Amino acid sequence: MPVESVYPALEPLLPRVKKPIQYVGGEVCSVTKDWDSAEVRWALCYPDAYEVGAANQGVQILYEVLNERPGVLAERTYTVWPDLEALMREHHVPQFTLDAHRPVSAFDVLGVSFATEMAYTNLLTVLDLAGIPLFSAERALAHPLVIAGGHAAFNPEPVADFLDAVVLGDGEQAVLAITDLIREWKRAGRPGGRDGLLDKLATVAYVPRFYDVAYHSDGRISNVKPNRQGVPASVSKHTVMDLDAWPYPRAPIVPIHETVHERYSVEIFRGCTRGCRFCQAGMITRPVRERSITTIGSMVAGGLAASGFDEVGLLSLSSADHSEINEIAVDLADCYEGTNVGLSLPSTRVDAFNVTLANELSRNGRRSGLTFAPEGGSERMRQVINKMVTEEDLLRTVTTASASGWRQIKLYFMCGLPTETDEDVLAIAALARRVIAAGREASGRRDIRCTVSIGAFVPKPHTPFQWAAQCAPEVVDARLRALGGALRADRAYGKAIGYRYHDGQPGIIEGLLSRGDRRVSRVILAAWRDGARFDGWSEHFSYGQWLRSAASALASEPVNVEWYTTRERDYGEVLPWDHLDAGLDRDWLWQDWQDSIAPGGAAEVEDCRWTPCYECGVCSAMGTEIQVGPTGERLDGKRLLPVVSRR
Amino acid sequence: MAEPDHRRAQLPAVQHLVVRYAKRGKMRFASHRDVARVFERGVRRAGLPIAYSAGFTPHPKISYAGGAPTGVASEAEYLSLALTSREPAAQVGQRLNAALPDGIDVIDVIDGGPAGGVGPLEASRWQVVLPGVGQADAARAVAGFLALGEAPVERLTDKGVRTLDARAAVVGLDVLEPDPATAEEGCAILRMVVLHTAPAVRPEDVLTALRQRYGLEPSAPPVTTRLEQGSVALLTPENVS
Repeated sequence: MPVESVYPALEPLLPRVKKPIQYVGGEVCSVTKDWDSAEVRWALCYPDAYEVGAANQGVQILYEVLNERPGVLAERTYTVWPDLEALMREHHVPQFTLDAHRPVSAFDVLGVSFATEMAYTNLLTVLDLAGIPLFSAERALAHPLVIAGGHAAFNPEPVADFLDAVVLGDGEQAVLAITDLIREWKRAGRPGGRDGLLDKLATVAYVPRFYDVAYHSDGRISNVKPNRQGVPASVSKHTVMDLDAWPYPRAPIVPIHETVHERYSVEIFRGCTRGCRFCQAGMITRPVRERSITTIGSMVAGGLAASGFDEVGLLSLSSADHSEINEIAVDLADCYEGTNVGLSLPSTRVDAFNVTLANELSRNGRRSGLTFAPEGGSERMRQVINKMVTEEDLLRTVTTASASGWRQIKLYFMCGLPTETDEDVLAIAALARRVIAAGREASGRRDIRCTVSIGAFVPKPHTPFQWAAQCAPEVVDARLRALGGALRADRAYGKAIGYRYHDGQPGIIEGLLSRGDRRVSRVILAAWRDGARFDGWSEHFSYGQWLRSAASALASEPVNVEWYTTRERDYGEVLPWDHLDAGLDRDWLWQDWQDSIAPGGAAEVEDCRWTPCYECGVCSAMGTEIQVGPTGERLDGKRLLPVVSRR
Repeated sequence: MAEPDHRRAQLPAVQHLVVRYAKRGKMRFASHRDVARVFERGVRRAGLPIAYSAGFTPHPKISYAGGAPTGVASEAEYLSLALTSREPAAQVGQRLNAALPDGIDVIDVIDGGPAGGVGPLEASRWQVVLPGVGQADAARAVAGFLALGEAPVERLTDKGVRTLDARAAVVGLDVLEPDPATAEEGCAILRMVVLHTAPAVRPEDVLTALRQRYGLEPSAPPVTTRLEQGSVALLTPENVS
């Protein structure tokens, strides 16, 4: 049966909201397929505003993978801003997709990508506006299946009651496996109803309602057990092993509205084994799998031609670590010289080679700023987090950068790391001054600027710091204030130093949502009912609202916000995500945690790409292996890369 | 140490094309900046030899004549493209059209400098559909408005509340006679010719005056379309002759 567009009802509301273009779709490379000839229909949701969601690589990839399949249809939906939400409620306009303005409730699946926990309340807005019951248990056969993925989904327990299923890890193959299961189930006449489908899905995804959580009287979890036959005790992540076989996005949607990343992005490898102990992404995306230089070259050529973007981002968790990054940088710079295409490498690794790469990529362009992330202010702190950057490394890097024309150095740090003292944070001020001095000396100029950017550390599941006590927001804020004072103290450097910080309060709520269990769902629901929306946006976030919601929602429980955040866990405690398997050996994580806080100083873990395997557990558990080059191939600009506007 | 010069050398522009394009349907909700983004990507997708500005951050050389406001459709928007090699105007139109989203549609491409080709854009002819407004009420309000010496209205802009004289900029205003074959039930259609003044008076300012002075209140947001842009003589021959 055809599904009618809600656009006629939406259109009269659009002149009354801010930036209406974000709600109309119709972008170049967006796809509208025939409803009735599709057997399986996905609504893909990034639960944030269009300007953030449209730039998300994960949703873009799945949109293409699904729409390329005959009989499968995928459309996009985002969280609407509160101005439109109010009008939609008043005029009974349901949550819609952008592509054909179909009601989300008509789809088979609502796939939700969680890059951050701070989007959980936005999920509830989407479900509610769609007319889908908030709780999985209350949904009927006609409602879409609500499936989540993304990094935050590695601990989905705080939103488990709102989700029907959760996919861990890479989505490309998983969404097709799920599509096949749904198609078979529909063709067979939907045997077993909604539960019958979830039963099948439990082989490829985590179905929270098939697991019961039991608690000790003190509030800790005693166990998490499947409550039906045939459901695995532990659910494993998905890993795509050949990135060259999945060269997406090929033709990214070209937003009309401004978005946070205005460029064509290519993931040059997935995974990271540098072993930074705070980094959830680096832990849950192992092993390292490189995309080959030739695939990268053809993706860049095809993506630019299809989109008309004038900037290319070479993405990964540490892009300079690609085994052929030198060749990639030189060859792409050659291919696109004179075309006004900008190439960028999110530079976070602190070494002089990274500067050489940045020089190459900006060969004919502007050299404004370089970003490095030492993360910890003192050398001791950097050892604790296993980010082995010496001050000498940093100053040598800055010297190289300043000598090659870079004027602004941005440094990223975290505050509230395990074992951190006031002195560790104050060390950042001295470091920033030395950076400026080194830059001035190397360039012979006075206009060197250093911006210190710092935020509160939030311990994340599946990392060595998953057991750590999160630093109290008062402590974080006091250290941030002290650092601000220290940065301004020396007049010789005062104006050359910029300071940006995020205070500690949002970090506590992020911590609650990151390491929470199923009881936290009540807090999310209470906060959302009280009006919490867009919690990742400082102008919308209300700490007081969250604390009030937590106090009322957890009143009958022996736990509270502090229990979830600033409390250190011990080895024996069952963590809410212990039954979700990212491949990491729990004992290895524990040992790494103990190594980081050893009284005699933290032990270093080296990168397994260049040193022997230290058995984090991923490859053996998941049947995967590191895939790195070199391939020895080169890009021949004129032959391999049809250049876009060099006529 | 010598400073490396990172400014890009750019090819000179050898041809200027004037593009008339429409903003239709859903795309009427695009802002000026949205439209600029669309064309910058469109010329690249179309593979047109667009010229770039010099300097540290080169921009494609596209200049826009004052665009219709966000939410307002148009059949007569203008921009000019600077190209680094000569291209047949008609072909540029086809290639560009294929590269743009539906609703941002190229109507015509004319060869000529930025000043030539289309003549001065002194005024616009607008059509405004007012849902839920009766023909007679609209005619009464229009007659009253035209008889005014001035019609000050306030509009909230980025810089605060501004007062504009809506009457002074209007050189033509009437109610379209309903065509019994196609007329939509219960809506009046206005046609107006408004001078391009600074600060700009928009059709919405005229509607504000009609609402405040004559109670002309549509039941849903009006739908406004720019039909034509050009010289006053072109748009209001009856006034001139």
